[in-house]
Amino acid sequence: MSPEQAVLEVAADTPVAVSDRSVRDVLLATRRGKFALAVLGLFIFLAIFGDAIAPDDPDASSLDVLAAPSSDHWFGTTETGADVFSQVLAGARVSIVVGFAAAIISAVLGAAVGLLSGYFGGWTDRILDALENWFLVIPTLPLMIVLASLLDPSLTVLILVIGLTSWAGTGRIVRAQVLTLRERAFVERARALGAGDGYILKTHILPNTVPLIFANTVLIVAVAILSEAALAFLGLGDPTSISWGTMLENAFTSGAPSAEAWWYVIPPGLCITVLVLAIAILGYLFEEHINPRLQEQG
Amino acid sequence: MSGRWLAGKVAAALVTLLFVIIFNFFLFRVMGDPTTQLARLPNSSPEEIEKLRADYGLDKPITGQFADYMGDTLTFDLGISQRSREPVWEEIKDALPWTLLLVGTGTLLATVLGAWLGVFAATRRGKKADTRSLNFSLFTYSAPEYWIGIILILVLAVWIPVFPAGQQVTPGVEFSSWWAEALDVAEHMVLPVAAMTLMLLGQYFLIMRSSMVDVLTEDFITVKRATGLPWYRVVRKHAVPNALLPLVTLSAIYFGAVVGGAITIETIFSWPGLGELSFEAINDKDFPVLQGTFLIFSVGVIFANLIADCLYFVLDPRVQAK
Repeated sequence: MSPEQAVLEVAADTPVAVSDRSVRDVLLATRRGKFALAVLGLFIFLAIFGDAIAPDDPDASSLDVLAAPSSDHWFGTTETGADVFSQVLAGARVSIVVGFAAAIISAVLGAAVGLLSGYFGGWTDRILDALENWFLVIPTLPLMIVLASLLDPSLTVLILVIGLTSWAGTGRIVRAQVLTLRERAFVERARALGAGDGYILKTHILPNTVPLIFANTVLIVAVAILSEAALAFLGLGDPTSISWGTMLENAFTSGAPSAEAWWYVIPPGLCITVLVLAIAILGYLFEEHINPRLQEQG
Repeated sequence: MSGRWLAGKVAAALVTLLFVIIFNFFLFRVMGDPTTQLARLPNSSPEEIEKLRADYGLDKPITGQFADYMGDTLTFDLGISQRSREPVWEEIKDALPWTLLLVGTGTLLATVLGAWLGVFAATRRGKKADTRSLNFSLFTYSAPEYWIGIILILVLAVWIPVFPAGQQVTPGVEFSSWWAEALDVAEHMVLPVAAMTLMLLGQYFLIMRSSMVDVLTEDFITVKRATGLPWYRVVRKHAVPNALLPLVTLSAIYFGAVVGGAITIETIFSWPGLGELSFEAINDKDFPVLQGTFLIFSVGVIFANLIADCLYFVLDPRVQAK
């Protein structure tokens, strides 16, 4: 059993009688689901309208250094006197953009590799499967670190690095699904009627793997957000934008913990945690929706 | 244990290792052309760069470079650190025991606590204690480990200064005996180990809980209960041993994540292991060191997977029967 499955089983906390519920019902059926939707909605809103809400320029420095929360600065100020609240709002955009963009790259790659290796088999499968295995074994964060430090950091580089290193799990799952799909009667029938491989893949195989790809991709959004934060924390983030990871790096290197500046340390980390938690719960609820067997566990 | 099965697993691990070594070469030589890094050195004339290229063997054709690299790597020659001018292998050898100490203690604690908490929650399924354990582990599962580390420093090293916030021993102290030194190291270990344990605990708990829930619904548990055996004995003697299996493999598969956590946690606590070594290498763009630690991390994960396979073989008779 994979860790994803285990957490998934946990997210399915309310047993339900009907299995053919709509996705909306699945998400709204549990308190965890409602919480997750609300949190994700809030952060997407902040990512879009954050700079309109922000009371201050997140980069603005002032003499008011490491000041505790006040009516002027709700979350206090940073070591350069910038407004922590405004920086947290700016960080929401980076996390949402990197998280979703990297997950889309990962989904496209994973789906393509899974479809090709599962459908064609033979040497295509052997080579792609070896590649997948290799990506599954290599420790991901060190690989991302190596790639990010060899390239000059920017948001695009971060998105590419995270997307290119996190597709193997999706590939594995899609491949397994395609292996069973290609033996099914409706595929045989299409082939007997003279349909080509491209047509079968597009109209019969791909649509049947989409729900699976989708559920897995939601989970990868969470992984991508954590990865971006970790890379930024290690100084490999985009130097021109403020992310929650960069904030934690600045807080730590400027000595905020020893200055007891809890207002600088708590908000960025808490935002990462709550957003990742919400997205992970949504992913597990989707997966549970696809695989009702998991509902029995909760 | 069947020898052929073991030989197959070892061979597969060696092939993966070979791929990792080859990939490492292309990653650093082809993607990051070392001459661009050399050119970043201030005041370097074209002649100096040429000389450096010759020193590093970069004037040879790529096949010759590859042969050199393979030969060096297989004889543990991982190059020279650009920062300290020490051989990379020496730096890794100094750092490795500290990482093993931190990661080993953290993994052990997380496994034991996670297993215990998992059994606790699964036997109270749906009750308040279960829900609370679940929420707690979902939270620690989502929280970045370095953030937890910073909060531990803030609370237990600054606000209530009970534990040291960094490094492995108190600097500048002459210890009267080896156990006084060990005690000092243990004190310095508390916070980083706590961060590591919290990072892993959520995962291990969730696996143990769901595996335990599975086992408790199986027929043999009902049969055991029907024989009149007390509930706690059914749990302890029959359910727990069966439910532990997935946790064993997971600890090994999770080694990759542990390695990632070691980088950030060691950085926070100035713990002199491979993670901090990597962090310094990132900051100084010290690519030979980064290449070396990346190789060691990969070897660690491959090795952990191999051990997990062997453990599974020993523990699960069903695998042996196949």
